[in-house]
Amino acid sequence: MQPQTHRTMYQYTEFDKSFVRSRAAQFRDQVERWQSGKLSENDFRPLRLQNGWYVQRHAPMLRVAVPYGELSSSQLRVLARIAREYDEPEAEVYRLACEAQRKLGTLHLPTHYAHFTTRTNVQFNWIPLSKAADVMDLLASVDMHGIQTSGNCIRNISCDERAGVAPDEIADPRPFAEIMRQWTTLHPEFAFLPRKFKIAITGAAEDRAATEWHDVGLRLIRNEAGELGFRVTVGGGMGRTPMIGAVLREFLPWQQIMNYIEAVVRVYNRYGRRDNKYKARIKILVKAEGQRYVDDVNEEFRQIVEFDGGPHTIAQAELDRVSASFVPPALHKRTPANVGGVRMDLRAQAEIHPRFGKWLERNVALHKDPQMRVVTLSFKRLLQAPGDASADQLDTVAELAARYSAGEARVTHTQNVVLPWVHADDLFPLWQAASDADLASANVRLLTDMIACPGGDFCALANARSIPVAQAIAERYQDLDELDDIGEIDLHISGCINSCGHHHSGHIGILGVDKDGQEWYQVTLGGADGKNSSGVAQPGKVIGPSFSSHEIPDVIEAILSTYRDVRSADGTRETFIQTVRRVGLEPFKLAANGARCKTEVSL
Amino acid sequence: MTNGTRLKILSMSEHLADDVENATLLPNDADPTTLAERIETIARIDLHFPDFTDGRAYSQAYLLRRRLGFKGDLRATGDVLIDQLVQMQRTGFSSAVLKDGVDPADAKRQFERFPGYYQAAAEKTNEKLEPM
Repeated sequence: MQPQTHRTMYQYTEFDKSFVRSRAAQFRDQVERWQSGKLSENDFRPLRLQNGWYVQRHAPMLRVAVPYGELSSSQLRVLARIAREYDEPEAEVYRLACEAQRKLGTLHLPTHYAHFTTRTNVQFNWIPLSKAADVMDLLASVDMHGIQTSGNCIRNISCDERAGVAPDEIADPRPFAEIMRQWTTLHPEFAFLPRKFKIAITGAAEDRAATEWHDVGLRLIRNEAGELGFRVTVGGGMGRTPMIGAVLREFLPWQQIMNYIEAVVRVYNRYGRRDNKYKARIKILVKAEGQRYVDDVNEEFRQIVEFDGGPHTIAQAELDRVSASFVPPALHKRTPANVGGVRMDLRAQAEIHPRFGKWLERNVALHKDPQMRVVTLSFKRLLQAPGDASADQLDTVAELAARYSAGEARVTHTQNVVLPWVHADDLFPLWQAASDADLASANVRLLTDMIACPGGDFCALANARSIPVAQAIAERYQDLDELDDIGEIDLHISGCINSCGHHHSGHIGILGVDKDGQEWYQVTLGGADGKNSSGVAQPGKVIGPSFSSHEIPDVIEAILSTYRDVRSADGTRETFIQTVRRVGLEPFKLAANGARCKTEVSL
Repeated sequence: MTNGTRLKILSMSEHLADDVENATLLPNDADPTTLAERIETIARIDLHFPDFTDGRAYSQAYLLRRRLGFKGDLRATGDVLIDQLVQMQRTGFSSAVLKDGVDPADAKRQFERFPGYYQAAAEKTNEKLEPM
């Protein structure tokens, strides 16, 4: 355990620690009752789900919560250990899994690794249920758990990957995210909602957390009087019915945020649909009830504040207490260097090492502190699925975070890892070390920095595989100059309509569908997650009948060639999404259709 | 702070034998505020869990206790399992009828497990049971 670890992150109190240990003990008790037959399979299911244990296509899957994406080096080391020692299928399970996947065309299923998800959690695919309780104890030893990473409850809260370090930040969202984490954890009233419930929060001018795609999206803002508050959107979500959240409050004083969320969730718990799981998300209630839902929430909020006495009003002292955990790394400070000098050194190194130069351009962002930078370690490279990390790579990230980022790393919703506290004069050695571990692809926000869910290679819900599609596209686009020329583009791939791969918000979205037992892929264009460069959040539109898996790389190429042909060259180069918004879908539809295999048109 | 079992756990036969006058059954899609006028005259309200994953009765319990100030017995009926009992107590239930075939011996230790919670129980006025 390193002394600097946790310094910049929320510090677990004795209470937090014993709470997580109690949860691990409770889970062990439940597993034992299930194993002894006292707890039926049906009754055990929601309990294991609320601890992050799914049963997937081939084996159980564990989803570990990473509250608002923050991980310490010591936590990463334990995740590495779990990958190395526990993410190992029983021989027969693995044999059957390989056999089943070979029929679909997958020749290799990785083991001993972790996967970063779009909810900024970490998943393991092969841990046998018989070792589940041991793994939960191990996680608890570094303040980790799987609480509410699944089930119809309030899930892990996601956040801006640059929270507390972004130059465009209005206020640090992490203290609020932590207060919300505590309040949502084992909330007795809201453990069995109609459906899952996701909250995202950001405090920056730029929305890097896709807040409007969430059940509740929170953005810290200042009003005209300079007071801090939240813009609150409710009812965003993906799935079968993609919806952008409706603005319920343009400005809500920060002190009231928990009272307000309680009102939002209570009205949902009472009136959300429970008869059809595809209509059970809050977005359907908001859409169906419209103003009546808004009125109900506002009335419930009024009652909570006026009648119940505002039990969750956040006091300044409470905010200060929690905020005190999130301090910039004091130990990490060095004597103020000449900022200009450092920039010159970097330029010189970039000239000698062009790949370093590209990496600086793509993977390194400015920081609040002019001496520091925010570095993205790219988990998008050949031979590994987007967001996959081997045990050794997890150890490497732990080491890099400890050495260069005050012991802290962040999982991003785009399935990469950010090091938030890197000194500018450490960038070169960090790049060298990251390159050695194959974590330095200079592709952040480019085509190959794609989002993909585990899909039909692992997930029981998937209609089609995602990983081979992601790999085929990545293989075709390995030329960095070509990628640079295509520019920033969000490619998102989901293996089914549940949309874990966020295809709705991709500039290009790929959705796996099942047609008579065959894998097909629907392509959407023009989706946006809400970041400035993409314009307002919106779902993409389908460009025609679905394509076969081997057509997809050609279809993507046809779409991108069309973009390069029609993009405006006036002034700054028009990005893909800008071009789609300007010219509409038609030219892209035409190009994509032209890329269909002629022999299969009749199918 | 440990919780202890304040929740009265009943078997189905004990529940049936408990013929309190003025017991009121509130379906889980009903609005608790419809009972506001006569809340002080009701000795017992039975809330229903058609399935233990249907959580509407937790909000009803909260509203009955906190909003309407119900002082009588608030009872959980239906698909009531061991692992939801603590949650029921915390949202204001005072009794629960265990589903047939569930071993009440497994129930007790669930109440002693957690050192405290992040949220106050429904009848409490202060947040957090534990000084943080």
